[in-house]
Amino acid sequence: MDWQALGLSLELAAVTLVLLLPLGLWLGRTLAYARFAGKAWIEALVMLPLVLPPTVLGYYLLVTLGGGSPVGAWLAETFGISLSFNFAGLVIASLVFNLPFMVQPIQRAFEAIPRDLAEAAAVSGLGGWQTFLRVELPLAWPGVLSAMVLTFVHTLGEFGVVLMIGGSIPGETRTVAIAIYDRVQAFDLQAADRMAMLLALLSVGAVAASFLASARLTRRR
Amino acid sequence: MPLFDRRSALRLLAALIPPASPRGLRAQPATTVAAASDLKFAIESLAADFERTTGHRLRLVFGSSGTFYSQILQGAPFHLFLSADEDFVFRLAEAGKTLDRGRRYALGRIGIMVPNGSSLKPDGELKDLASALRDGRLKRFAIANPEHAPYGQRAEEALRHVGLWDAIRPRLVLGENVSQAAQFATSGAAQGGIIAQSLALAPPVARLGRFDLITEAWHRPLLQRMVLLTGATPAARAFHDHIATPAAQAVMARYGFAVPHN
Repeated sequence: MDWQALGLSLELAAVTLVLLLPLGLWLGRTLAYARFAGKAWIEALVMLPLVLPPTVLGYYLLVTLGGGSPVGAWLAETFGISLSFNFAGLVIASLVFNLPFMVQPIQRAFEAIPRDLAEAAAVSGLGGWQTFLRVELPLAWPGVLSAMVLTFVHTLGEFGVVLMIGGSIPGETRTVAIAIYDRVQAFDLQAADRMAMLLALLSVGAVAASFLASARLTRRR
Repeated sequence: MPLFDRRSALRLLAALIPPASPRGLRAQPATTVAAASDLKFAIESLAADFERTTGHRLRLVFGSSGTFYSQILQGAPFHLFLSADEDFVFRLAEAGKTLDRGRRYALGRIGIMVPNGSSLKPDGELKDLASALRDGRLKRFAIANPEHAPYGQRAEEALRHVGLWDAIRPRLVLGENVSQAAQFATSGAAQGGIIAQSLALAPPVARLGRFDLITEAWHRPLLQRMVLLTGATPAARAFHDHIATPAAQAVMARYGFAVPHN
């Protein structure tokens, strides 16, 4: 059992969640409420990581962030940092491939809120932030929760992109999904078996918990 | 009490924020060794001895030499590269990614591996492979991907030498590296495959089937070369020198490598 890989995966999932949640809330809410030209294109762009093969995504990340690329060279020269084959690179990739998983459920949740509620809140003297925190967010919470769970679980399970840009370095880029692949190649099916089982249980558990919580929230209302 | 009020949501978020990462606090960068996957068992054994006697810590990564070659060109933070092929090392040296042109550390051998209960015989002359192709016993045959895995290239050369390449191509399953090819070859889903002797001799693989060496003259030699990459740590240098010692070479020989002339 590769605890280091599991720890790394959990860390990656948590960092992704914390960084992506504010962006997801802002983008999901904007897409739900705003009407502007080219909105369909933005929505399509957000969905792109869901429909593109992970290898395509990984390839583009590799050539844009890698040391041989203009962006990679600029980052190395200006800040002395490299984003290929390290944890920071994985985080960036993770933010990209989780975008639809975070934004979509949030957008749907905000779309389901009747617009006259916000108007009523405004009439009652609530400011923009107060309306968001006291009216919209509690109503959208089941959607936000499932967005968070989906993002977390999807990060744990992502394989193709991480394989392309990670390089399977222990403690740095060897996530649990990659570790399972490595263990199979090393003829260590016992370890692969245990890790696969744990990952399956973890994912099913998280999704089930979010459904349960959503159902409770809906009943309460 | 509601299940999710704002406070518990905040608490949940706070719990998810990871503590300060040890990555940033490490005094010395960890030493990462990228090793061709035929070395899987040999280098793990050598590295364990090395860590015990010197106190250095090594991170081992296994894969196909061609994949490592392109990853190093892309800036992968490896310190020592153990290639299954000399060519990749020379090309990295020309690209300025290495400290020197490296040194040979082993000579690899290939052979045919058949899983227990396979209809195929472990015949290094590849004669039974030819008849299995003719009489339809052969459904699937595993080799490493010749595009970027040196062991796959040598397997292709040997199959070409006996005139089987064109006939066997539709039956081939390609492993990303020779270790995956060995996994395919012994899984029972293929009737056999051409893999590294160093993997076939390792106990976890050896018990899954039978193995027979293929004549060395049928393919270009698998001259394996290691090289220190720019930014190599003292531990990487020490491990590099350790692999060249007679004691380490004896371990390599036990795992089915021949000792090369430098």
